[in-house]
Amino acid sequence: MLFLKLIFKNVFRAKLRSSLTLLGLIIAVFAFGLLQTAVDASSAGAKAASSSRMVTRNAISLVFPMPAYYRERIKAVPGVKGVTTAQWFQGIYIEPKNFFPQFGVDHETYFELYPEFLIPADQLLAFKKDRQGIAVGRKLADEFGWKLGDTIPLAGTIFPGNWQFHLRAIFDGKEESTITRQAFFHWEYINEWLKVKAPRRADQIGVFVVEVDDPARTADIAKAIDAEFKSSLAETLTETEKSFQLGFIAQMESIVLLIRVVSFVVIFIIMAVVANTMAMTARERLAEYATLKALGFSPGFVGMLVLGESMMLALLGGGMGILLTFPLAQGFAKSPAGNFFASFKVSPETVWMQVACAVIVGLAAALVPGIRSARIRIVDGLRHIG
Amino acid sequence: MSTLVEIKHLVKSYTRGGQVVPVLHDITLDIARGDFISLMGPSGSGKSTLLNLIAGIDKPDSGILRIDGEDISLLDEGDLADWRASNIGFIFQFYNLMPVLSAFENVELPLQLTNLSRSERRERVEMTLGLVGLSDRMEHYPNELSGGQQQRVAIARAIVTDPTILVCDEPTGDLDKQSASDVLGMLQQLNTDMNKTIIMVTHDAHAAEAAKRMVHLEKGELISDPS
Repeated sequence: MLFLKLIFKNVFRAKLRSSLTLLGLIIAVFAFGLLQTAVDASSAGAKAASSSRMVTRNAISLVFPMPAYYRERIKAVPGVKGVTTAQWFQGIYIEPKNFFPQFGVDHETYFELYPEFLIPADQLLAFKKDRQGIAVGRKLADEFGWKLGDTIPLAGTIFPGNWQFHLRAIFDGKEESTITRQAFFHWEYINEWLKVKAPRRADQIGVFVVEVDDPARTADIAKAIDAEFKSSLAETLTETEKSFQLGFIAQMESIVLLIRVVSFVVIFIIMAVVANTMAMTARERLAEYATLKALGFSPGFVGMLVLGESMMLALLGGGMGILLTFPLAQGFAKSPAGNFFASFKVSPETVWMQVACAVIVGLAAALVPGIRSARIRIVDGLRHIG
Repeated sequence: MSTLVEIKHLVKSYTRGGQVVPVLHDITLDIARGDFISLMGPSGSGKSTLLNLIAGIDKPDSGILRIDGEDISLLDEGDLADWRASNIGFIFQFYNLMPVLSAFENVELPLQLTNLSRSERRERVEMTLGLVGLSDRMEHYPNELSGGQQQRVAIARAIVTDPTILVCDEPTGDLDKQSASDVLGMLQQLNTDMNKTIIMVTHDAHAAEAAKRMVHLEKGELISDPS
């Protein structure tokens, strides 16, 4: 009781110093949390990937399409349960800053392969029936305030023109990690236009999404699919959906690594700041520690006082930093910068890492001043004027 | 009166900047139980060092230092801390109270090392603060008390565990004349009424007169002991 009282009262004895240290801790812990969340968010797509889905793309590059008739040949490969198609569209909604992923898909089959997108049956039917129909995720609909029946204009970039879509379905995510900031429309709507305006680009597909009957056999099935198109005009590369997503992430690996390093540098800096605070604090209180030892308190008690104070400061700052991380992450997710990430949510792992950082900062900062205070000779300490 | 403190051929030196500085040379001194002794001498004479050795917060290089029959120079750090907690009451020149604790909590501090219950501790602290005339200042913090009041809290803290010896290092050095006189009167009362053995270091000849016996040190040697 006395021990806790001494620690608690000592923490805020030098109010300005403690408050500034606390402020530094809060900023460091939430900055660490946000940076770690950014790292997590960069791989959110891969985490949400299904193990029973694979992606077949042109072996040269993703920007090169494949003939639409590949679909039937892929479907005939043993182990393939279903095939659908998707084409990256990259249209502009009003202005470029409103970027969101858009895909032209096979409207009849696409959502069958993606059960994590939850669409009410009547809306799915309405989407399928309308050639200009578009289905958007809940996050996207909320962001732009779209309602069913709204017309959504998209200015094409890869496929020039002003395209008008009718919002027929809004889907939710089955899991929290399901990305609902994207839109899907009928590829046929674009393809029909291509057939007239640019026949050489018609009946071409960006990627085939392949569902397998046994996730354990994905490697064999991928090989079989790619063998099917060996030495053809458009050779294919088939990989699991997760590998496909990780391929995108690898392109920004250096940035992710940099973010990770910066997040730990922030913690290292605050560790030095708290250690300095604790060293100053302990030095000022040497006479008090010597008095306690003279009265019969053990060196361990004195060391624990320093450690306790450091831990209380670290945990207070850490706790407040963690609490602040959630609203700040939410705010960031809603900001234009947050649109870069499909999902920007603080994970339990990040929170545990923040707790661990706070504990390590508290322990490390108390180490040297704690040992020094515990070992102080009483006669030297009593002579000390703080 | 029986001998409480028995010092024979005590030697103490410090090492400063690689140099060995002798502080006490061959000190031999007996202090009787219930005595009130003042240690006097100029700065650097070794009086505070002698007080620290008797209080068990420093160790001699050689010689015998028995308190109540026990050679405390043979105790290790842990045992010495326990010994101090039950045998020594400290009164310092600058009071050395914990600024974040109230007068009550400061006095209760040494009792935290005993097996007394919370209510027993409370009872004893209230009684001791009453003895030094601070019953109405129990919840006050050191910075809310005058120097004299703070020293009285320190006295209460020193006697609350009922120690055998009170060691006082310049107890009136930071006080005005009236407060100093009050504190000295209190020490005399503790000596006569409660039979506390008191060893006091002081520069002040007037304060030294409050003691029953004066011992002078100079350059680490005992130069006069009227006993």
